[in-house]
Amino acid sequence: MATASTTQERSAELNVLARKQRSLWGDAVYRLMRNKAAVGGLIVIAAAFLVAIFAPLLAPYDPILINQPVASQMEPQWTGSKYTDARFLLGTDFLGRDILSRLMYASRVSMVVGFIPTAIVFGLGVTVGLVAGFFGGWIDQLLMRFTDIIYAFPDFLFLIIIVAAFRQSAFGKVMDGLLLIFVAIAVVGWVGVARLTRGQVLSLKEREFVEAARSVGATSRRLMTKHLLPNALAPLIVTAAFAVPSAILGEATLSFLGVGIVPPTASWGGMINEGFPLFSTNPWAVLMPALCISVVMLAFTFVGDGLRDALDPRMKT
Amino acid sequence: MNVLRVLSGIHFKTVLKYTIRRLLLVIPTLFFVALITFGLAKAAPGSPFDRNPDKPPKQEVIDRWNRFYGLDKPVHEQFILYIVNVAKLDFGLSVVRQRPVVEIIGQGFPVTAQLGIQALLLALAIALPLGVISALKQNTVIDYVSLFFATIGTTIPSFVMAIFFIYLFALGLKWFPITGWGTPQHLVMPTVILAMGAAAFLARITRASMLEAIRQDYVRTARSKGLREQVVVVGHVLKNAMIPVATVVGPATAGLITGSFIIETFFSVPGMGREYVRSILSLDYPVIMGTTLLYAFFIIIANLSVDLVYGMLDPRIKVAN
Repeated sequence: MATASTTQERSAELNVLARKQRSLWGDAVYRLMRNKAAVGGLIVIAAAFLVAIFAPLLAPYDPILINQPVASQMEPQWTGSKYTDARFLLGTDFLGRDILSRLMYASRVSMVVGFIPTAIVFGLGVTVGLVAGFFGGWIDQLLMRFTDIIYAFPDFLFLIIIVAAFRQSAFGKVMDGLLLIFVAIAVVGWVGVARLTRGQVLSLKEREFVEAARSVGATSRRLMTKHLLPNALAPLIVTAAFAVPSAILGEATLSFLGVGIVPPTASWGGMINEGFPLFSTNPWAVLMPALCISVVMLAFTFVGDGLRDALDPRMKT
Repeated sequence: MNVLRVLSGIHFKTVLKYTIRRLLLVIPTLFFVALITFGLAKAAPGSPFDRNPDKPPKQEVIDRWNRFYGLDKPVHEQFILYIVNVAKLDFGLSVVRQRPVVEIIGQGFPVTAQLGIQALLLALAIALPLGVISALKQNTVIDYVSLFFATIGTTIPSFVMAIFFIYLFALGLKWFPITGWGTPQHLVMPTVILAMGAAAFLARITRASMLEAIRQDYVRTARSKGLREQVVVVGHVLKNAMIPVATVVGPATAGLITGSFIIETFFSVPGMGREYVRSILSLDYPVIMGTTLLYAFFIIIANLSVDLVYGMLDPRIKVAN
């Protein structure tokens, strides 16, 4: 077999042992799966997704069903306090709504808000960054001046101003305020991604492999999509992995401040906002959503750290 | 950091020119920040005078207020007038509280600054020793424990951390009051929680930077010529490892100042951050504008300081064009 091309084929032919070949990405997945914290994080995220998808089946009650005054401010079963009710495992909030059901439904908000804006941010940011970095000129100048201005805004201040401005308009009430939060997170986030992509493209486009591709007549579009983008992907994936929890945090903080998800729809930040005035009487109504936010944020961080180490071992700190 | 290129030598003239150019850019940047904020605030439906749905004021009263605050003029005229006044350091009157914005910010800012400085000092006091020790004892239990705390500190949002702290130290142990401001006991929880994120961030940077420095050739040389371990660590490793750390103290401080508005709102601390949140909820345009501009100013200065401090501390860095 003179045409044997892969190492396996050749080693079989020569009857010697060869190490199993793994692609660059296969190698990264392998390294990620050996990272216990990252795998734990992935399991937690998968579980949160399942709860979010099957919330209507899993939740014992309607999350906005009010059981007042019979069973408001009930504490969780295990506290052994006299203010417990066997019907509500984690107790009820100040309006007598079942906390477990609300937590489950709130996970839908967090999961959706984590991924959809991140997808918009990357779609937009990567496209603009690629074009600006590749062609330069006025597009690049415009992008850089624009990012200078956006960078002067603290991210969260910008987010809160956008949301506060539109939350009482018709647009701000679509999907209980979720759409406005998507748009706001996307508007604030895409410039950072564009700038990162641009930087990657600038350093990659002078490299030999791009030169080689250009010399055999590759079109600009081909250069960008087949040569530059795949090579710029690793840092972008890591950034995306951290963008998801920061979007979740953004929504939680907005809802906590009372400008996020429109009540009575349940969200973890909103539950903290509603429960906090009565924190000393029924701390669990606040502690439970706080715990959910913490666990989900940690899970995403572990996965992000794991991805960073897996995709570029040199970046490992 | 893209404006910095590693080249040999440092040219103070270039640095000076660069500084002046960056400083001149502050003004147009602030102008656009003002423009965006103004546009968004004006796009908001509703007016600051109809916040009480139970007792809507009469239309003629609203008209009079609008005239008084100049809100009856066309939007572009309002903006031009605002910019002209800001150039004279007049930030207008709070629409909701009928007091000058300068006065409101002037009252809140010292509180926010105090909180921020305390938190920064605390963060440095925790982060530097932690980062150094964990780098020197890399891959030991101490290292893992401090990395774990650093991960928690950077990951858990401040208001969630505040909830756990209140539950534990205010409701459970009753060491500190839940909210408020004034006595030393009131200072502890907001300061500690505000410091945590920055401490975790700085500790991670310190550790990474120490590890980088430890592996350098000059450290090996210092060891091989028989210097005592202490001298190597303090004189060679630490000295060089502090350069990246120094450059992130600026942004960390900016983060503390702007991050404090959640903490201030949470603990009812009468600072600038609480005024900011309050003004946004009540559509108090002049206060929104004033606080946003001040915040933006801090961020710009912090970003500028990174580049300049880097250039000053590390002679290998030259400011390029």
